[in-house]
Amino acid sequence: MEKTVNQKAWFLVLPVLLLVAFSAVIPLMTVVNYSVQDTFGNNQFFWAGLEWFEEMLASERMWDALGRQLMFSGIILAIEVPLGIFVALNMPKSGFWSSFCLVLMSLPLLIPWNVVGTIWQIFGRVDIGLLGHTLDALGINYNYTQDTVAAWITIVVMDVWHWTSLVALLAYAGLKSIPEAYYQAAKIDQASRWKVFRYIELPKMMGVLMIAVLLRFMDSFMIYTEPFVVTGGGPGNATTLLSIDLVKMALGQFDLGPAAAFSIMYFLVILLISWVFYTVMTNLDKREG
Amino acid sequence: MADLTANQSAPRGLSLPRVNSRAVVMTLYLLFLLLPIYWLLNMSLKTNTEILNDFTLWPDNFTLDNYRTILTDPSWYMGYVNSLIYVVMNTAISLTVALPAAYAFSRYHFMGDKHLFFWLLTNRMAPPAVFALPFFQLYSSVGLFDTHIAVALAHTLFNVPLAVWILEGFMRGVPKEIDETAFIDGYSFGRFFVKIFMPLVASGIGVTAFFCFMFSWVELLLSRTLTTVDAKPIAAIMTRTQGAAGIDWGVLAAAGVLTIVPGALVIYFVRNYIAKGFALGRV
Repeated sequence: MEKTVNQKAWFLVLPVLLLVAFSAVIPLMTVVNYSVQDTFGNNQFFWAGLEWFEEMLASERMWDALGRQLMFSGIILAIEVPLGIFVALNMPKSGFWSSFCLVLMSLPLLIPWNVVGTIWQIFGRVDIGLLGHTLDALGINYNYTQDTVAAWITIVVMDVWHWTSLVALLAYAGLKSIPEAYYQAAKIDQASRWKVFRYIELPKMMGVLMIAVLLRFMDSFMIYTEPFVVTGGGPGNATTLLSIDLVKMALGQFDLGPAAAFSIMYFLVILLISWVFYTVMTNLDKREG
Repeated sequence: MADLTANQSAPRGLSLPRVNSRAVVMTLYLLFLLLPIYWLLNMSLKTNTEILNDFTLWPDNFTLDNYRTILTDPSWYMGYVNSLIYVVMNTAISLTVALPAAYAFSRYHFMGDKHLFFWLLTNRMAPPAVFALPFFQLYSSVGLFDTHIAVALAHTLFNVPLAVWILEGFMRGVPKEIDETAFIDGYSFGRFFVKIFMPLVASGIGVTAFFCFMFSWVELLLSRTLTTVDAKPIAAIMTRTQGAAGIDWGVLAAAGVLTIVPGALVIYFVRNYIAKGFALGRV
């Protein structure tokens, strides 16, 4: 659609600007403020410059958390994206069963995040959980509170359970936009199932998939509640992801300076990925329009 | 599942019975999704003795006591009320400010529009963990700590951007000629917006409301940080089932099931827009 230039449109945007400034800019400024100051209590602050940033950049704690975070995001993307596409390809195209699948698949997406954690905490317990009990009965030693590998598997499976449907729904939306004529042409050319996927479905889904990947990366990058409920970051620090570490630092130990410096670096990464996301989105819009 | 097989052309001449691979995949996947939820439901209908002592796949002594506990104890059900209050407030605030803004973004170019749109996105992507402490201090200093409005305002951090993006996606689909015709017919902007434009994007508004409601409902970190007693959400109250006699599993499960209900009730109406909503109005 052709947009007209109209500076008065600012008045329509003003409420949003004020509200988000209140709920985002002011808190963010507080964070910036803390990140360059030191305190000995009593609300007395001293200029600390970039000290906290240097400390955080040198601290193994943050790099470890970042490493775990990247590993977590990497693993869940590697599972959720192919699985999501696979599920989308197998979804009924229309009719009652399509609605049926859509509704049931969306269910995990609407569950409060701590309840997701609770569900899996219970599900994985050896004494009362179906999963834990079954594994135990099969003779597999599974204890997600003690064993690092089991803890990781639990939170990864939980995330796959929670969010694969999102990838599937987006991929499904992309698939539905492919005109029937494309498939007919492929049929005439006697293209194999794989070729149909590779040369018709995948390119047509590319834009949507980019959105799905970025959304999943962002959301998994700031995941907090679910792993916190299930493992509390343990055993040891094995599942302490970035957000969990940050909350521990800021609200648990009240290390304001380091936590603030941490937050800002965290935010810069987010900003960078948001920008990629935005570019993808606007390119997609242009292609449509 | 007759229509599932419609597009399948099974290889001929095999003696094996024809297996519908699509149906199998979907059944397995849905089973994977529903088993943990079923287990929660199952537990919520058992007594604690049964949960801890007998491993049963469905409740032997079917009981609604766990639900009765929650629905009769104010310290429990007020959690739901608190959550509902701030979630509804947040949805109302988000929609009110986002509607005109989304209209502006979908119709006009203005100075800094792209930057503003991008900045909104960064707030949707911002980790709540970064904001937990500053929010705590901000709302304490203005005397709003432990009130519903504090949580509602805090959740606008990600819900207003979400609402603007989704609504903009819907509004772009409405032809601009409609606006122009209405203005020629002498409608003022306000009257046009409420009487003509809003009904046209009604489904978009509904979907946006659903997503604002949902994202505010599922969030825990901020709502827990900003409340202690009076506005404590159900999600935070759930953590207190750990009593002297161990965890009250039955009640915990029942509370969990009850938090799933609101989403499950309305999901059918937005099923075709779920992808669009999660993808911020794109797709």
